[in-house]
Amino acid sequence: MIYVNLKRFGIAVAAITLSATANAADYTITQSNKAFVKDSQQIEQMSIKAGDTIHFKNEDPFFHNIFSLSDLKTFDLGSYPAGESKSVTFDSPGEAEIECAIHPEMYMVIEVQ
Amino acid sequence: MTMSSLVAASQTSSFMTRKLLKTLGYMAIGMSVVLGAGSAVAKSGMQATSEDMDKYLRPAEIPQPRSNMMTPERVELGKLLFFDPRLSGSNFISCATCHNPAMGWSDAQPTAIGHGMGVLHRATPTILNTAYQRFQLWDGRERTLEKQALGPIQAGGEMAQPLDSLLPELQDIPDYVKLFEAAYPGEGITEDTLAKALASFERSIVSTDSAFDRWLKGVDGVMSDSAIRGFGVFKGKANCTACHDGFNFTDNGFHNIGLSDNKDMGRYTIKPIKVLKGAFKTPTLRDVATTPPYMHNGQYHTLEEVIEHYDRGGDKNMGNLDPNMKKLNLSKKEKADLLAFLKALTGDTMDITIPLLPIK
Repeated sequence: MIYVNLKRFGIAVAAITLSATANAADYTITQSNKAFVKDSQQIEQMSIKAGDTIHFKNEDPFFHNIFSLSDLKTFDLGSYPAGESKSVTFDSPGEAEIECAIHPEMYMVIEVQ
Repeated sequence: MTMSSLVAASQTSSFMTRKLLKTLGYMAIGMSVVLGAGSAVAKSGMQATSEDMDKYLRPAEIPQPRSNMMTPERVELGKLLFFDPRLSGSNFISCATCHNPAMGWSDAQPTAIGHGMGVLHRATPTILNTAYQRFQLWDGRERTLEKQALGPIQAGGEMAQPLDSLLPELQDIPDYVKLFEAAYPGEGITEDTLAKALASFERSIVSTDSAFDRWLKGVDGVMSDSAIRGFGVFKGKANCTACHDGFNFTDNGFHNIGLSDNKDMGRYTIKPIKVLKGAFKTPTLRDVATTPPYMHNGQYHTLEEVIEHYDRGGDKNMGNLDPNMKKLNLSKKEKADLLAFLKALTGDTMDITIPLLPIK
């Protein structure tokens, strides 16, 4: 009986994980005219869910270097030119401050729910 | 209070004179446009495009924080403080010692000289157009002029004056008490009002119109053909606009441009991201011909040397060259044109007077 219960519990956990993965969304934030832009609007803040992925796409004719040194997530995507995109998946809830190292005016906060 | 009148408060030309000059300037532009309309001699590609005008024309207002809007009283007080050597521990160094208006608001030294004639390791940047900068200091560690202003006063190697001894010194000078009261009623002589007054004066030091600005506005014959071609090289083959763009010719960004003499980690000490190792703030190019030597370490003495540096795509330093840096393979003529363009960014001479300082 105990075995069965554990097995059921295991299946339940797997189902939750699958469901989270299936619902994970992808968003694209472009770097345009030295600003973070989503759906043609400059943004400084956006909310996503844990597991979602953001694609940072450079649409300026010069390099950008997106990074975060937040407690939630630390990453440095390196410098990349026009047309290239790099992505980050946010696994845990919290807030991440996102900047361009080269152009620190470019700043936004991603709230992960 | 209009921008021109505030600038007049710091630069001594009277408001009326400036207004008259401005009116005459508009008339000249108007005449030029009328003449231009009927002229068939305009060479294609030799006139500013609407995109150029959108990008490079002077913004309508000087950027300023709501908490410290510019007034003539604040700008004038800031000017006195800026030129007052009593702001230093030795009572011998003022802000203007290094940011000297006679030398493009800089000091013509490779790197600055501070307290006790000590040589510092970074060049004195001009204060021209700092109002338009989003980050202050070579490594951008301060965002506002108010925060920046108190740094050099207190820095041991620069002016070496602790604020807890400076403030009583200023409070002891009756005219300063009156001037602070006029500028910041009821606030007294404090760290905050000292910083605000200095920042107000610095914001008033804006570039004057250059040949390039007049050309942008459609005035014929003010910019040589070589300089106009140089603008094309600047935006095109040389790709200077990857960093030096907009009215103030800066991206407000930070780059390692491959200076062989650079051992300074620069912006990396503020933000430890690899690309920032040896990276420094992109300076304005307004009046650039008046502020040699060049680069954050004063490594180059002439603009010709600077152009050669970029033409070879920079030199090796800490293996962290900005990816925008590439060999340019400019011809001799293109280099000469680029130089002519940079010189066309020099504005009209500012009429600056050294103020009489309040005495105790």
